[in-house]
Parts: sequence; C-alpha cells; structure tokens
Amino acid sequence: MREIEVDKVKDKVKELFLRANYHIGEDVLMALKEAREKEVSETGRSVLNMLLKNYKIASDEEIAICQDTGLAVLYVEIGQEVHIIGGNFEEAINEGVKEAYVEGYLRKSTVDDPVFARKNTGTNTPAIIYTSIVPGDKIKFMVTPKGFGSENMSALSMMKPADGPEGIKNFIVETVRKAGPNPCPPTIVGVGIGGTVDKAFVIAKKALLRKIGEHSRDERYARMEKEVLERINNLGIGPGGLGGRVTSLAVNIEYTPTHIAGMPVAVNVCCHAARHAEGTL
Amino acid sequence: MAKIIKVITPLTDEVVFSLKAGDTVNITGYIYTGRDAAHKRLFSLLQKNEKLPIEIKNQIIYYVGPAPTPPGYACGAAGPTTSYRMDPYAPALLDKGLKGMIGKGLRSKEVVESMKKNNAVYFHAVGGAAALIAKSIKKSEVVAYEDLGPEAIHRYYVEDFPAIVVIDSKGNNLYESEPPKYAK
Repeated sequence: MREIEVDKVKDKVKELFLRANYHIGEDVLMALKEAREKEVSETGRSVLNMLLKNYKIASDEEIAICQDTGLAVLYVEIGQEVHIIGGNFEEAINEGVKEAYVEGYLRKSTVDDPVFARKNTGTNTPAIIYTSIVPGDKIKFMVTPKGFGSENMSALSMMKPADGPEGIKNFIVETVRKAGPNPCPPTIVGVGIGGTVDKAFVIAKKALLRKIGEHSRDERYARMEKEVLERINNLGIGPGGLGGRVTSLAVNIEYTPTHIAGMPVAVNVCCHAARHAEGTL
Repeated sequence: MAKIIKVITPLTDEVVFSLKAGDTVNITGYIYTGRDAAHKRLFSLLQKNEKLPIEIKNQIIYYVGPAPTPPGYACGAAGPTTSYRMDPYAPALLDKGLKGMIGKGLRSKEVVESMKKNNAVYFHAVGGAAALIAKSIKKSEVVAYEDLGPEAIHRYYVEDFPAIVVIDSKGNNLYESEPPKYAK
C-alpha cells in the first residue's frame, strides 16, 4: 500500500481549482483563435477578441477568468493500492476548495438550501465529488468549476430506442437552439447517452473535460459529434448570441450501456471557458 | 470598427430613445449591481409600497455578482450574469423609472413590453469577459444588502464600460434579428 496524507490531497485540490479559475486551457485558446479566423460576423469577431483579451488578463494577473467561479466539481480516480491517512478524504477535498476560493479571491456561489434559506455557505463547499476506484497506487484529480449560466441550459430526454441517432441529434441541436445567447456561446456541448438518468449526466459532464478537437474513439459517435457541431453552427447564434457562424467549439459525446427499454440522452452545456485542470498524487 | 457611442449616467429619456439595437456603447458614470436575491428583495418592497434602499430613477442596473476584490484592485472579476432570472422583477423596477439594464441573454415578452412602455434599454455585456470588464470599474462600494455577499447591491463608478445595445426602447432585438442572417 502507498500511503498518501490528506494534507497532500487538500493542497493538490487547492492548486487545481486556482489554476482552473485563472488559466484557460491551451486547447480552448487554440479553438477560440481558430474561431476568430473563421467568424464572418464583425460583432462575433469583436466578442471573440474580447474573450481572448480577457483570458490573457486573467492568466497574467492571476485573477478569475469569470466572476462565476462555479460549483466545485471533481472527478477523482483513486488507485486501489492507495491508503489515505491523517484524516477524512472528502473533508480534505472540501478544505482544499475552501482555501482556493477564500485565498484566491474567487466568488463563493454555493447556497446551503436550494429552496428556502438559500444562505451562502461562504466557502464554495460542499464540492460535488465523483470517485472511482481504479488499479494502481496513485490518485488522479480532474476538477472543473462549473458556472450556472450554462448549467441552467442543460436538458435531459428519455428517448425511445426507435428515436435512433436522428432523434438524438435533433434533441441536442434543439437544446442549444433554445439556450440561444444564455450560456455564453461559443459553448462546449457535453452529451451522455445511455445508463440511467443520473449516469447519463455524470458522463455528459465528464465529456466536457475532453480536449477540444479530440473525438469519440467510436467512429459512429465521432461522426455524430461532427454532424451535430455543424448543425449547431448553422443555427447562426454566434459568439455572445449576437449572430455568427461560431456557436459551439465542440460537441463531445460519451456513451454507456443502458436498459433494453430506454435511450437516455443528457446534454450538459458549458460556456466557452470550459475551465478544468487535472493533476496526480 | 463600428462607431462607439459614449453613454453617461444617469440616463435621460432622450439618450435612451436615441439608442438603437446594434449600437456599440461605452458607459461612464455610476451604475448599480443587482441579481437574483437583491431583485427579490427590491420587488417585495415595491409590492408593499415601501421605499427602496437605492434611488433607481434614470439609473442602470448591472446584473452581476462580482468575485471578491483582490488587493490593489477596484473590483474583482465582474462579468454579466444571465438576465432572464430577473425577468419576473424587472417590469416593476422599470415602472419605477429604471432606464437601463446590463446583462446577457434573452428577456421575456413582459420585460420587452415594459421597456417599450417605459422607454428603457437593455445592454449586452460579453459573458465571460469578466476580468476585462472589471478594468472599466474604477470604484465599488456596497450600498445595500451587505448580508447577501456577492449578491449585495454595489454602486460602481465605471469609465468606458463596454456594451452593445441588444434590445432598444422600440423593442428591436439583436438576439432575434442577427442569428437568421448567419443561419444555413
């Protein structure tokens, strides 16, 4: 067994949330620069220019890319040969999130009760943590601060198997069309197909962590990603929703086995920033 | 580059009436912030016919919940939040003389009708350009509802705050008129 102190977990989580909130990914930068070349709308190009300028300021000065520094979401893969010592694993994660958000001047956006009091917890915790046990003696963290302008535009459809690939494509495009300017286009669209309602969304959100430009390893799904992206960009919503040819930068589809009677399709929308960071202990 | 129109706050009816959907503007002067929780409180005061903690006549409300202010800055990252969540409350504020709103995203029919009736304007700020927009905010102070943290009402002094008129006082709406031009 390899022993890992919870303090190391806390420090790693803190480092990753600071990085994700200040520094945009290279893949997003590349995609936005390409989009600026492609965009035919003058307003669209000016929006993309502002976004690129914004990312540079945030990174150079280490301030938040966006005031909505999101709910703290983590996917953690724990090697089965790891023994976590010195305290409680989830508490350490939450402590790391709290330190990042308090010391890093990031907005605390978590309310304790969703309906009645809606009191801000002041720490941006509790984090939303998905763990899986994998072979090996390491812990891998993938963190994503998830803003709600885009989260609110997400949708689920419990489709009939007979709806087939066409039904799925129509549903994804329709979800993006209805969202219009709200989720800060150009967006990244994460899609989870299969499983149960909950599983479909877990993989849809995980799909958002994929590098822009990478496609599904299954050719049929990769083709679907490209077709849906083209149809979305043909909607004309454009950067900021002010009209243009670039509405989404990527459509990432993940799939998983499901029930004989169903075909759940979850669409999780993410703004252009697609903030994420990963690291290993 | 489109011509940039300088807009000074407080707004006047003439200025609001002259602004057209598609105009690129730079806003200078004092503006107020407000989002979900603050709007809920303002609305409930209006329903009870009670006095608001801020004078909104001829003012602009910016839909934003800023990030905390780092040392040496006037304001933390402060980009627009999605406006439709304020739709249930906006017409009542427009009836009280609010002249401008800054945010991002679609508005309800009721809000657009109220804007036409009250001669008001809705500005689009670029969502996600929060660090850049914060550069135009020169002063920030909390003027109401401090207990709401990032949702408190702040008064900003802004210089050349970058925005686009997206719905004007006649109801012209870029979110509706522009995408079809680029659709295939």
